[in-house]
Amino acid sequence: MHGLINKGLQGFLTETYGLDTWARIARRAALAPEGFEALLTYDANQTVAVLDAAVSMLGKPREVLLEDLGTYLVSHPTTEPVRRLLRFGGLDFADFMNSLDELPGRARLAVPDLRLPDIETTEVAPEAFVVICRSDFAGFGLILAGLLRAMADDYGALALIEWQGERPGGERISVRLLEGEYSEGRQFALSRGETV
Amino acid sequence: MSPGPEFTLPHGVLDRLLPMHIVVRADGTIEHAAPTFRRICPAADPVGLGFFDLLEVERPLKLVETSDPGDLADARLRLRFRGQPGVNLNGLVTVLSPRSGYLVDLSFGIAVVSAVAEHGLTVADFAPSGQTVEMLYLAEANAVAMAEARRLIDGLELARDAARTASLTDGLTGLGNRRALDGWLAARARDARPFALMQVDLDYFKLVNDTHGHGIGDAVLKAAARRLLGKLRPRDDLARVGGDEFVALVEGPVDEDRLKLLADRLIAAIEKPVSVGRVQCRISASIGVAVSRRYGAPTLEAMLADADRALYAAKRTGRGRARILAT
Repeated sequence: MHGLINKGLQGFLTETYGLDTWARIARRAALAPEGFEALLTYDANQTVAVLDAAVSMLGKPREVLLEDLGTYLVSHPTTEPVRRLLRFGGLDFADFMNSLDELPGRARLAVPDLRLPDIETTEVAPEAFVVICRSDFAGFGLILAGLLRAMADDYGALALIEWQGERPGGERISVRLLEGEYSEGRQFALSRGETV
Repeated sequence: MSPGPEFTLPHGVLDRLLPMHIVVRADGTIEHAAPTFRRICPAADPVGLGFFDLLEVERPLKLVETSDPGDLADARLRLRFRGQPGVNLNGLVTVLSPRSGYLVDLSFGIAVVSAVAEHGLTVADFAPSGQTVEMLYLAEANAVAMAEARRLIDGLELARDAARTASLTDGLTGLGNRRALDGWLAARARDARPFALMQVDLDYFKLVNDTHGHGIGDAVLKAAARRLLGKLRPRDDLARVGGDEFVALVEGPVDEDRLKLLADRLIAAIEKPVSVGRVQCRISASIGVAVSRRYGAPTLEAMLADADRALYAAKRTGRGRARILAT
């Protein structure tokens, strides 16, 4: 599993539950407390070990932790670069949803060895999407669902986002856009450091 | 280029497709300016201004010389706003018709990242069919990845420095170890200035260890290291190479009298009693010296072997003596 994803998981656990908790989770997962490096690649088992340790240590369902991780990736100050790069994906949330299939390609453009799961988005009715996420790592769809929920907030859109579980083709997420301009949303200027 | 069959396009459509274009009349007056051009233009309203008054052409040379609107036809331009040396623009001129003049479409080229920051441009300022926004995405993604790479490299660099320092240091005394001595001697051998290698062997140290234990023994070793350092000059090197063995590399001049004097001072420093808590220890030292002049290309192995012979010759005559290998 790519270090960026592992590092995201580490950042989420550290900044949500504190450094001590992270250190205990790391120890339980037989990992050095420094944790992961974003630019290195790790065995997928290590990611699973950290996740399992976090689930048993925090007493939270795996599903909840993964969705929270997706939300963290967009909404936390530390992960602002991720939010910004995602916002390049569309002018508004509907536009973003329509370009969601390009996400793995965009990620690869930024970090050539970063492999995200295949994402297939279908607009099943006006402003209603079904997202199918295919990955070796069970639960990637949950991360994506949390991320989409945070992106809707970021754009100021009101959307119903629901992870509907494993289907033969992959994990299935339903996205229903209720109102594109529900709230102000957060600013996005093309140039970093500009708050136009 | 032949203009081909004509069809009419409202300005609004063209503004959306080419948001940075201007229309220049045959006499060189700007007739129309698209919205992004207006945003970056230093003049409040460019319409009515002369093309060459507002913009300074850098290429092609012909236009620089003539400033003749007639020469604009089909030109590929490098230009900038007059008085704004920072922002360079690329342009392509097409002839609308001999009567109505030219369409000049401009772009930032590679400078787009800084131009976006400078003018606070948004997605709406660029043609939706163009790749500018993707280019901005890529530039930003690249900057983020580079920053992460730099952080990783800095961390590895620190770890490497720490590992190198640790691998060259004697943990007890903080002096260099045998590996450090190797490097120092190699550097001095390259330098070709004469130096002496002094092997300092503590006498009666084993007795201290056996009588008072390793704790006190270690304290005595630290004191010995401090005292030796105190008698050497800053440019000399001192390493601990064995339990009770030190090696100093001493800079020239390396005549026998001076080395003898220094060796005696080192021995005298070691012989001063060391107090550790309530225990007082007395040790001494024997010294063997080899001088770099003896070797074509001095090596640690050869000099240590010779210094060792001198050291044992000194010890045969009693403890607390120094012997310099005759040069």
